[in-house]
Amino acid sequence: MGAARTLFEKVWSEHVVVEETPDTPAVLYIDLHLIHEVTTPQAFSLLRDKGLPVRRRDLTLATMDHSTPTTPVSSIKDLLVVGESAAAQVRQMQQNCADFDIELLGFDSDQRGIVHVIGPELGATQPGKTIVCGDSHTSTHGAFGALAFGIGTTEVGHVLATQCLLQRKPRTLAIEVDGQLSTGVGAKDLILAIIGEIGVDGGTGHVIEYRGRAIEALSMDARMTVCNMSIEAGARAGMIAPDETTFEYLQGRPRAPQGAEWDAAIARWRALASDDGAEFDRTVSIDASRLEPMVTFGTNPGMVVSVNDPVPDAAGDPSFQKALDYMQVDTGKPLTEAPVDVVFVGSCTNSRLSDLEQAASILAGRRVADGVRMLVVPGSQQIKKAAEDIGLDRVFTEAGAEWRESGCSMCLGMNGDTVAKGQLSVSTSNRNFEGRQGIGARTVLASPLTAAASAVSGHVADPRPLMDRS
Amino acid sequence: MKPLRQLRSRTVVLPTRDIDTDQIIPARFLTTTSREGLGKHLFADLRFAPDGQPRDEFPLNRPDTDGCEILVAGNNFGCGSSREHAPWALLDYGIRAVVSTEIADIFRNNSLKNGLVPVVVPPDAHDFLLANPGVEVSLDVERAELRIGDGAAVPFPIDAFARYCLIEGIDQLGFLQQQMDHIEHFEEQRPWTP
Ligand code: SF4
Repeated sequence: MGAARTLFEKVWSEHVVVEETPDTPAVLYIDLHLIHEVTTPQAFSLLRDKGLPVRRRDLTLATMDHSTPTTPVSSIKDLLVVGESAAAQVRQMQQNCADFDIELLGFDSDQRGIVHVIGPELGATQPGKTIVCGDSHTSTHGAFGALAFGIGTTEVGHVLATQCLLQRKPRTLAIEVDGQLSTGVGAKDLILAIIGEIGVDGGTGHVIEYRGRAIEALSMDARMTVCNMSIEAGARAGMIAPDETTFEYLQGRPRAPQGAEWDAAIARWRALASDDGAEFDRTVSIDASRLEPMVTFGTNPGMVVSVNDPVPDAAGDPSFQKALDYMQVDTGKPLTEAPVDVVFVGSCTNSRLSDLEQAASILAGRRVADGVRMLVVPGSQQIKKAAEDIGLDRVFTEAGAEWRESGCSMCLGMNGDTVAKGQLSVSTSNRNFEGRQGIGARTVLASPLTAAASAVSGHVADPRPLMDRS
Repeated sequence: MKPLRQLRSRTVVLPTRDIDTDQIIPARFLTTTSREGLGKHLFADLRFAPDGQPRDEFPLNRPDTDGCEILVAGNNFGCGSSREHAPWALLDYGIRAVVSTEIADIFRNNSLKNGLVPVVVPPDAHDFLLANPGVEVSLDVERAELRIGDGAAVPFPIDAFARYCLIEGIDQLGFLQQQMDHIEHFEEQRPWTP
């Protein structure tokens, strides 16, 4: 019997083509390469310059999400990409996929959506796989027990050409979450609290494994929310051991194994969980039962407080002060007094069906406050349809919110959906960086429940008082 | 990639912590399909007011920082997205090395693949550099050392392979392609296929 190994070590060692040495990094095999329009054009140019083909087209899947328009259209032909250079980038993506014969879930596909939403939804994301994409939130796929991480465009070129990457083995960080999340507190609050605890560089050089009873109790949607934001703590990746919840989610999905292959896969996947006694380089413990709804008050996701707690002051720290000045928030008071201009429910963090259901549960029978613009952007066309099938679109539109086509939208404002200068946005996305949602936009990150509660209240709001309808 | 063995330059200093890739190059400039020409958008919203006028107080806009090739930044530089546009923009502007106490993983990886040197130094050297903008610094990639003025050499960590590629100007894809036999063998003997 070998030494006890972690989930990460098992997936890593199974994909090492050539071991690392002091002089050379490991050659790591990649099982699934997801690509999108923004971070690939220069990689395809490299292939063309060198006359190289895409080595494993069958392990490469393309979609377009970042500069995709989300304004409702009656026909796909009416989709108009905002801006000439974005339109050119979209055409380039279509051309690259055609020239290199890569499957593209493009504008006319009912399977398109945000790259990190559709991978799992189609069952392409599976336990034990190595998954990369030229996008830092590739960490999302780690929710299935995959080793999934973001890469740059040069590395996209490496994977297209060789299906491999040169990598040094990262260290491991266990985040043990015990206890139980209370009502009104969800996966988004948990991951924001974790980032607040370990800091935006707390995971640098590490792969995180989220474990413990509170993690096991999470749905797949919620686990994806947690792993999605691993990168906001600086981590290379975030992983959760696959279990019955994982298998139940995947079973029957179009790209998941079927029949006898399914049984073989399950047997393999069951063996992936970290062995008892496996050692991590670091361990951090969090008690889930203490947590409350969380909101960010600064310009990185680590600047976060419980919704009813006062915003701390800078205590002489110039970087902290700069963030407070940008956000124009009052210290010593909770954020619940801050008036809201925009509410965004969407992004690869919180745009899945259960996220939309939570937002709708607050909005049902209520109205978005006067002067607040609320945008609800499903993560994929399939989620959009599923939401419409259960009437969520009506809940949103009757409350006065906008119901959109799928895409990244206001998460990074590349498609024309932006927050205006100085406006305060409560957003279910993952980054509250300066200018992320638009030049001068002030972003407060929160859960779908908190975002919806803020929309109906007109100010940042604790969702819990609005949840009790008895 | 141009070989880079040694570099001597004055520093330009951005003391803020956690400067993310959205600040280095905002998303609206990512619609390009080329890696050229991003330097003019480097730190766009920090460098320019909304009307396009340069902000005089921003260090890169001060005439005495012209030609500086070494950027000293606050802790955790380059956090956020995987956009390689960030090192492309820095290089296109003329920056060849970034010095901090911590440099985010993906940004560091991307930098090394393009000939931008990520230099992580201990807090005391960092504090000195933050407090003395414009100081003359020598960077020796071969020895993995940074020398401030004529002071003692400060060693910095750099992966041996990445250093070799930097000083020889080697593209890492070539190395990967040389492993093709191993890659094919790996694919053939796998117990399961993705
Ligand atoms: S939703 Fe936001 S974070 Fe997610 S892939 Fe799109 S732009 Fe990136």
